[in-house]
Amino acid sequence: MTLAEILASLFPQGHAVAVREGLVTGTGPFGDGPMHVVGIDGDTPLGVDGALVLSRAVLNAVRTGDRAPILVAVDSDSQRMSRRDELLGLNECLAHLAKALLLADRSGHPTIGLIYGHTAAGAFIATALATRVLAALPGANPSVMDLPSVARVTKLPLDTLEEMAKSTPVFAPGLDNMVAAGAVHVVLDPDRPLGSQIRAVIDTIEAEDVRDRLGAERGGRLVAHTVAAAVADQARLG
Amino acid sequence: MAGDRAASIDPDALSWYEATARQRVLALTDPGSFREFLPPTERRMSPHLPLFDLPRAFDDGIVVGRARLDGEPVLIAAQEGRFMGGAFGEVHGGKLVGLLRAALALKPKAVLILFDTGGVRLQEANAGETAIAEAMRAIVDVRVAGIPVIGLIGGRAGCYGGGGLIAGTCSRLAVSEGGRISVSGPEVIETNKGAEEFDSRDRALVWRTMGGKHRRLIGGADAFCADTVSAFRKAARDLVGRAPAFDLDTLEAEQARLEARIDRFGDCRDATDVWARLGVNDPESVPAMDTDAFAETVARSPEADHDAR
Amino acid sequence: MESLTFRHTTKKPLPGSVPSAITGVVASGNLEILLERVLPPDACEVAIETPIAGYGDVWEAVVADFVARAQPGGLRISINDGGARPDTVSLRLLQGARLMEA
Repeated sequence: MTLAEILASLFPQGHAVAVREGLVTGTGPFGDGPMHVVGIDGDTPLGVDGALVLSRAVLNAVRTGDRAPILVAVDSDSQRMSRRDELLGLNECLAHLAKALLLADRSGHPTIGLIYGHTAAGAFIATALATRVLAALPGANPSVMDLPSVARVTKLPLDTLEEMAKSTPVFAPGLDNMVAAGAVHVVLDPDRPLGSQIRAVIDTIEAEDVRDRLGAERGGRLVAHTVAAAVADQARLG
Repeated sequence: MAGDRAASIDPDALSWYEATARQRVLALTDPGSFREFLPPTERRMSPHLPLFDLPRAFDDGIVVGRARLDGEPVLIAAQEGRFMGGAFGEVHGGKLVGLLRAALALKPKAVLILFDTGGVRLQEANAGETAIAEAMRAIVDVRVAGIPVIGLIGGRAGCYGGGGLIAGTCSRLAVSEGGRISVSGPEVIETNKGAEEFDSRDRALVWRTMGGKHRRLIGGADAFCADTVSAFRKAARDLVGRAPAFDLDTLEAEQARLEARIDRFGDCRDATDVWARLGVNDPESVPAMDTDAFAETVARSPEADHDAR
Repeated sequence: MESLTFRHTTKKPLPGSVPSAITGVVASGNLEILLERVLPPDACEVAIETPIAGYGDVWEAVVADFVARAQPGGLRISINDGGARPDTVSLRLLQGARLMEA
């Protein structure tokens, strides 16, 4: 689905969501109140400037105190790779955006990520992965790094990696593998109205971070949950 | 475990950059106080590296446990930058996340994270990436509970990729000259955008753009340390006592701080341009400054000290 | 990855009472060695995981030399190798034994 189709499905009565230079901000009517929307469209890389536009929108939403849901819709490239971005502290700006979303979540705003295109690496962590619950539409393509780049770094032949990717979800790009890892909670049905599906997602939000548990249940990240729990157990027992 | 005994380690003489993760932990904390969780004897190793014909480490490249700092209880995690570049794999990430979650129940005086990482371990990329997101959420939970999370950065792998984002989530950061903080590494930028955008072989450019001095001058880090364990110990003790709250006011202040930084320096090509605009008289001299001279320069930088993190 | 295990009988136990120790780091040209005092006092076992296949004879000689010199009775020694040279392996083994004796 395109962003326009997503917004039309979510807000059949219309909305005030705008896209400027690939950055999505605005609101639409959702149930009895508003829904805030922030995001990235058109496979746009996320740099220092864009991160601060989005974090400003999130903090403004928190400042209203309306506790309305915040949808983080993402079709992005990775973080913007440039000398200028790193000079200006991209790590601070991306972390700031993630913190704004985590603060919103703690301040009573349900935060829902929705990936519908590409997303990768730092841009993924700072946006969709910083929400309380992450949904995806079929065709979304989240990744840490594409396989040709993985091949360069690991010095393994691309066809070997492609073969391994079929049986090893833990390193391979793609939606199915991110679902298996527990990073993506749920895949939505594009043929049904999105509003009711998003509402259902909000209604089932859990207080705990369940991603490692989901990864174990789904088989894409079998040991992370056990390891984290074992550390916590040993810490408690002193 | 022996090798866990620090009797032979002198924190004043031990280079943070050269030390292993274990040596840093032992020399940083009160002698004899460290207790490791999931120690090497438990052999919680990566289930994935053998598929790539790569050797594993008994601790998967991260040491986690509890200790005391000046008698106060702390939780501590230290990444080993020499094993797989300190990268986040599934077990590695799970250990950090578990430690942070444990902090909510144990309520230590602080959580210390000794970063030394290139980011996500590509052989286990999805697990590493998700663990970074989990760690960031857990850090926010810990900070909201009033427990400072302090990052210490000065290892040979620096603090790159998702490690840079976790660092940006911490309450306070201490960094040494060798500590580089960045998202995209020099080689990543060069590979994707070309050597004219970033020449990764130009080491002086790397240090200027991503190194500890630049981060300290623009407020990307809160303390600058000489490259010794005792300097990091002193910085950690100091930073624990002045951690900012995690709330809307802090994040509004950080928003304003970062917006102002981009307004002020957004057209700068090089770190020396930034430093000149910060009022540094002789920007070219910054990389060669010793710790004392640099401290005087920092004291004159209006951007360096703040509670907006 | 190649797995190698060597078992030796020693004339005496390694002195000291330290239950376990670790030394070294898994990195290119380096290795980590985990030592645990869990075997009968006249037994020593050395298990190696190495990414460089075909050097079993060299490992066997290095381990035999170490056992003869250190008499590490009681120790199970586990090695994660990153491609260390034999002299580095010898050095680390002796370092590890010293940590267990302390």
